[in-house]
Amino acid sequence: MVPGGRAANTKEHVVRVALMVTCINDALYARTGQAVVTLLRRLGVDVAFPERQTCCAQPMVNTGYLTAAVPVVRNYVDTFADYDYVVTPSGSCAGSVRHQHDLVARRSGDPGLRRAVAETSPRTLELSEFLVDVLGVTDVGAYYPHTVTYHPTCHSLRMLGVGDRPRMLLENVRGLTLLDLPGAEECCGFGGTFAVKNADTSIAMGVDKARRVCDTGAEVLVAGDNSCLTHLGGVLTRQRAAVRTVHLAEILASTEEGRS
Amino acid sequence: MTGTFVGMPKFPVAAREALGDAQLRHNLAHATGTIRGKRLRLIDEVNASTPEGTAWEELRLAGAAVKERALLSLGDQLEQLEANLVANGATVHWARDAAEANAIVARVAKAHDVDEVVKVKSMVTQEIDLNEALEAEGIAAWETDLAELIVQLGGDLPSHILVPAIHRNRAEIRDIFLRRMGETGRPAPADLTDDPAILAGAAREHLREKFLRARMAVSGANFAIADTGTLVVVESEGNGRMCLTLPDVLVSVVGIEKVVPTWTELDPLLRLLPRSSTGERMNPYTSTWTGVTPGDGPQEVHVVLLDNGRTRALADETGRQALRCIRCSACLNVCPVYERTGGHAYGSVYPGPIGAILNPLLKGVGHDEQVDSLPYASSLCGACFEACPVRIDIPSVLVDQRAQVVDARRGGRPSGEELAMRAGAAALSDARRLALGERFAGVGIRLARRLPGLPGLRGWTSARDLPDPPTESFRAWWKRTDGGRRPDPTGEQR
Repeated sequence: MVPGGRAANTKEHVVRVALMVTCINDALYARTGQAVVTLLRRLGVDVAFPERQTCCAQPMVNTGYLTAAVPVVRNYVDTFADYDYVVTPSGSCAGSVRHQHDLVARRSGDPGLRRAVAETSPRTLELSEFLVDVLGVTDVGAYYPHTVTYHPTCHSLRMLGVGDRPRMLLENVRGLTLLDLPGAEECCGFGGTFAVKNADTSIAMGVDKARRVCDTGAEVLVAGDNSCLTHLGGVLTRQRAAVRTVHLAEILASTEEGRS
Repeated sequence: MTGTFVGMPKFPVAAREALGDAQLRHNLAHATGTIRGKRLRLIDEVNASTPEGTAWEELRLAGAAVKERALLSLGDQLEQLEANLVANGATVHWARDAAEANAIVARVAKAHDVDEVVKVKSMVTQEIDLNEALEAEGIAAWETDLAELIVQLGGDLPSHILVPAIHRNRAEIRDIFLRRMGETGRPAPADLTDDPAILAGAAREHLREKFLRARMAVSGANFAIADTGTLVVVESEGNGRMCLTLPDVLVSVVGIEKVVPTWTELDPLLRLLPRSSTGERMNPYTSTWTGVTPGDGPQEVHVVLLDNGRTRALADETGRQALRCIRCSACLNVCPVYERTGGHAYGSVYPGPIGAILNPLLKGVGHDEQVDSLPYASSLCGACFEACPVRIDIPSVLVDQRAQVVDARRGGRPSGEELAMRAGAAALSDARRLALGERFAGVGIRLARRLPGLPGLRGWTSARDLPDPPTESFRAWWKRTDGGRRPDPTGEQR
C-alpha cells in the first residue's frame, strides 16, 4: 500500500503532484530541483512548484525552537493542502514533515493545525518512495557511465524506512557501476546544527565516512540528501579527494541524450 | 579513591579532548565493533526462529509493554513490592535522593560496626556516589566486578554502562594492577603479564580475601518483582553471586523504575537483556532472592527504594519512556558519537544516547550548562532507537529535551542562536522574504569563503570546505523559465 495514497488518475480526478524542493536545494542546489522536474516529466508526471513553499521547519525543531517552527509548519500545510502527493528530494525533510510536524502542531495548541498536519504529512514522500511506491518504477531510463557508491542517509533509512528503494533505482541505471560502501548505515556526522554545535565530533565522523568512501575507489558519492552531501563534500574537497558528491535525483535524471 | 563527575565541562569541550586521544578511539572502535557484531548475529538467530522473521521485534514490543505497564501503575507496584519484601523478612527503606540513600546504607554498616563492604556492580550506587559517601564515614567499599575494580584501582571514572573500563586496553590494566593492588590488599604477582586470563587470575586472588572477610555487601538490582518481592541480579563473573550469598548483611539500592509486576513478565526482559548487552543468549549468573531465607545466605536484608529524580522523569510525558531502560548499553555500542568521544565526555555514570536523555530527565534542565549540553550531543541518526531492546525513542526525547532547554533559558537577553532562529523562522514562514534572502546566498557563500575565521563559521570551515556559490535559486530559475518549459536563453539548466 502506498503511504498516504490518495486517488489514482481517473476521468474526474487528475493526480496533483507538488515538488517540495527544500530550502537548502532552493538556495544552493537548484540543479537537484531541476533534476526532479526533468525526471518526473520524463515519467509522465506534470509536477507543480507552489511558490509559497519555504522549509519543513526541521532546523528550528531540532535545535529546540518549537514555537518558532509553528508559522513555518502552518505555511507548509497551507501551501500543499490541495495536492495528492508532495515529492521531495530529501529523506531528512520528508522525515521531518512526517514525524515532527505533529509535534509542532501540538505545541501550537491549534487543533485546526493538527488536523491539517494529519492530512498533509502522510502525503509527503521522499523521491525514491514516490518513484517506487506510487509510480511503480524501478527503471527510470537513466544513463550514467560512472562508478558510484551510495550512502543511505540516516533519516531516509531510519525515520522513513526507504530500505533498498534507492539502491534498486541505481542498479537499473545503465552504465552505472554501484560499489558497496562499508559501514554504509553509520551516520556521516552532519546532523543539522550538530555540525556546528559539536563541530569536532561531527568532523571526526565525517572524516571516517570520507575515508571509507575513498577506499571504495568510486568516482561519485551519491545520497538522497544534499545536507549530508554538503558536509561530506566539504570534507572530501578539503582533503583533495578525487570523489564528487552527486544527489540521487541528478543521476536518475541523466540520460544518454542529456548532459551529466 | 574513585573520581567523581562533579564539575565536568560541557559536552563539546569534553568531547574535543577525548577526540584527540587516538588510543582511546582505537580501543572504543574495537570494543564496540566486537559487541555490535555479536548482538546482530543473535538478533538474526532470534528472527530465524519463526517463519515470519519478526520475533526480535515482537520481543522488543513485549519488553516495552512490560516496563510501560509497570511505570503506569508504579505506585501500586511499589507498594506491593514493599509488602512482599517485608512479609519475607526484608527491611524496606524509601530514599528521596542520593543523600538519603547514602545515609541509610552508612547507618546499616555502622549498626554492624563494619569498616568495609563488598559491592556488586551497580549503576545506581554510582549515580548516588555511594562509595565516596561511605569513604567519608570511614567505610571502604570494594568493587568486585573486574571492570569496576580496574576503574576503582586506577582512580578513574567509568565510561560505559556495561564495560566501565572500555577505555582501557590490557597493557594499561596490567600497569594499574601492578601499581595499585598492593595498596588495598593482596598485590598482583610481580611477573604479571597482559594476557587477559592472567589479569583475571590476579583480580580473582585479590578479591578472594575480600569476599571471605566482608560481613556486609551492597548491590543494586536489575529487576524487582512486585508480586513476590524478589530481587534479580544479572551478571557475568560470579562476583555478584559471592556478594549476595557470603556476607551476613545485604543492602540493595534499587531505583523505583526497576519494578516488574510479575515473574511471567520477567521473561521477555531476561531474553532481551543479555542479547542486547553482552551479545549472549543468556548471561552466566542470574541471582534471585526473596527477603531472608533462614540459615541460607544473608540473614539481614535491606532494600533501599530510590527516587533521585525518577518521579520527575515519570511526570515528563515524552521523556518517561527513558525509565524503561534496562541498562543494556546497546545504544552506546551503536552510537557514532559515543564511539568517537567515549563515555567520560558525557560527564555522568550514564553516558551515550541514554545518558544524553536520562541525565536531563533526572536532574532537570535550565540550571547546569553541562546537563543542558547533553541533549545536543547527538546527530539524531536514530541508531540508538533501532538498537534499544525496550524501544525507547531516544531521538524524539532528545528533540523534546532540546525544546525544554530552550524554554528554560528563555527570558533575559536573547542568545545569538535564538536571534538567528527567530530571523530564520521569519524568513522561512514567508516565501517572498525567503526569495529575497536567497538573492544574497551566492554573495554570502563567496564572502564566507574569503572570511572562514568568522565566529560561527569556524566550526564548519576548520575541516570542511563550503559548497560552490549558487548562480541562481531554484525558485528564480522556475520563474524565469516557467519551470523549464520556456526556452532558456542561457542555453541549458544550471
